[in-house]
Amino acid sequence: MEIFNHLALGFETAFTLSNLLYCLIGVFLGTAIGVLPGLGPVATIAMLLPATFTLPPISSLIMLAGIYYGAQYGGSTTAILVNLPGESSSVVTAIDGYQMARKGHAGKALATAAIGSFVAGTIATLLLALFAPPLAEVALQFGPAEYFSLMVLGLVASVVLASGSLLRAIGMIILGLLLGLVGTDVNSGLPRYTFDVPELADGINFVVVAMGMFGLGEIIRNLEQEENRSLVMTKVKGLMPTKEDFKRIAAPILRGTVLGSALGILPGGGAMLSSFASYSIEKKMAKRPEEFGKGAIEGVAGPESANNAGAQASFIPMLTLGIPSNPVMALMVGAMIIQGIQPGPAVMTEQPALFWGVIASMWIGNLFLVVLNLPLISIWVRMIMVPYHYLFPAILVFCGIGVFSLNNNTFDVYMMAGFGLFGYICAKLAMEPAPMLLGFIIGPMMEEYLRRALLLSRSDPLVFVERPISATMLAVAVLAMLAVLLPSLRAKREEAFVE
Amino acid sequence: MPAFIRNPQDFWSGAIFIAVGLGTILIGTDYYMGTAGRMGPGYFPTVLGSILALIGVVSVVRSLIKPGEPLEPFAIKNLVLILGATVLFGALVRNAGLVPAIIVLVLCGGFASSKFRFGPYALLALFMAAASVLVFVKALGLPMPVFGPWLGF
Repeated sequence: MEIFNHLALGFETAFTLSNLLYCLIGVFLGTAIGVLPGLGPVATIAMLLPATFTLPPISSLIMLAGIYYGAQYGGSTTAILVNLPGESSSVVTAIDGYQMARKGHAGKALATAAIGSFVAGTIATLLLALFAPPLAEVALQFGPAEYFSLMVLGLVASVVLASGSLLRAIGMIILGLLLGLVGTDVNSGLPRYTFDVPELADGINFVVVAMGMFGLGEIIRNLEQEENRSLVMTKVKGLMPTKEDFKRIAAPILRGTVLGSALGILPGGGAMLSSFASYSIEKKMAKRPEEFGKGAIEGVAGPESANNAGAQASFIPMLTLGIPSNPVMALMVGAMIIQGIQPGPAVMTEQPALFWGVIASMWIGNLFLVVLNLPLISIWVRMIMVPYHYLFPAILVFCGIGVFSLNNNTFDVYMMAGFGLFGYICAKLAMEPAPMLLGFIIGPMMEEYLRRALLLSRSDPLVFVERPISATMLAVAVLAMLAVLLPSLRAKREEAFVE
Repeated sequence: MPAFIRNPQDFWSGAIFIAVGLGTILIGTDYYMGTAGRMGPGYFPTVLGSILALIGVVSVVRSLIKPGEPLEPFAIKNLVLILGATVLFGALVRNAGLVPAIIVLVLCGGFASSKFRFGPYALLALFMAAASVLVFVKALGLPMPVFGPWLGF
């Protein structure tokens, strides 16, 4: 069995002392930012990226991955204990988790979330190991036309599944693609859209964009809703679910895992969509639906498993195709490029230790989370108490130092302030920053593949529809777009996000 | 806000798209276009800019027909304070050094909070400065001056 050899190689890589340590740091930091409200994984990963450039590629990817799925975990802790979802993916956990806590079952809810996440993480790791190689195999056959169409499909899917206006989201993608083109054109060596600023000759650093839009923009936005939080903390006791509880949560955990794994692969899907979808499914399938909203343990088990599975499954397109499916994955792609690794199907064959090491580390990281989180709950509880008005100046400092240290360049700091302003304007105009970041990362690759495809076909644009795989992907993209435009489906989509 | 704009979010986002799209096309006229088979540096940006401008036009037209939510007010004071603090940090960090830059950043940025009080924020600023020097300069070895030439170092 090849898969066992692969996983063995992965565990061998991940089980070195330093990689275990970075994995631990990653999940610890991830849980912390998941607990702290107002600080998300995108901003945190962007802040930490400059510090990881000196690490070996594998260690830095293990740590960054740990931050991402650790954040899903931490977000649910605050959701259950104080009804404050730390991450958007744990919004639904707060509904029933907090009610359980109020009834004195906080420990049970936390344990359910932990167990569900661990089971989901384990299964998703296996799925990743199973499906990544055949997917990469297929992708190796792709020519430039297929890649271009795949990118179109990925970008379209990311906006179809997002909330808000479709037109604006597509506009944001194109804006991102254009921003990605700033800098020296690889083919002609000509600087484009640099306004004769020497600092722009290498293009805009994606850390600057991510920190400005997701870091600074969010701070200004959060300060508008400053409120006096008086948190009523419930005592945590009685951690272990009973035998009967286990019977109740087994099916929701499995359903959540399957759902999360499926939705996580889709661009724009990932953790948040998975948890929302799982909650509504569990509500429909429950024997006692009237308990939902009043502390149903299924309402914690399903979504928590789904968001963890979704977070992990979103690594599949990133690692095998080099196509990011959400902003966090876009940052990972950026991190890989800076480390000198071109993301794509070749990573698996050329750098098997890196590929399988990252996958194996996810399982280890999930184990860390189960073992760490329940005993450390008192630390996380204290962290929830950190008031935002003392937290945000610290975030400002980290953003400033992080961006400055990229190139030891003050211009990057000013540019970050500019993107902060733009991010705030975007928030006011309901323009989603996530599609822009995806477009920004994909932009240069997309231009290159378009160029090559049309060069090979001697300017014949029909190449995109004559090749079957490429044609299929474009057809799916068009169908997805039409589906959103249909009035009946549109209403359903809005309904789904309102829920 | 003129009364004929029924959906300000659509209108202004459309306006941004049009401005960026047209700007891209205009600047792109300086770059060699080439043909589809042999694309010059101007080809892809010009195509994208045209699509973006088109989306902007659709958005603006739609904003005149379909009503939408009114714009939320902009928190100008906080915007200026947070972004100003960031710019000041950038201006100070190299020449005045990391410590003064962080103190200015925390105090100026912190002033944006409605819960700002000088005492606790001064403590926070000193703490952040000390922690950053220890972590980033001493432990990680980032090349940043703790105190810079402007302060006589």
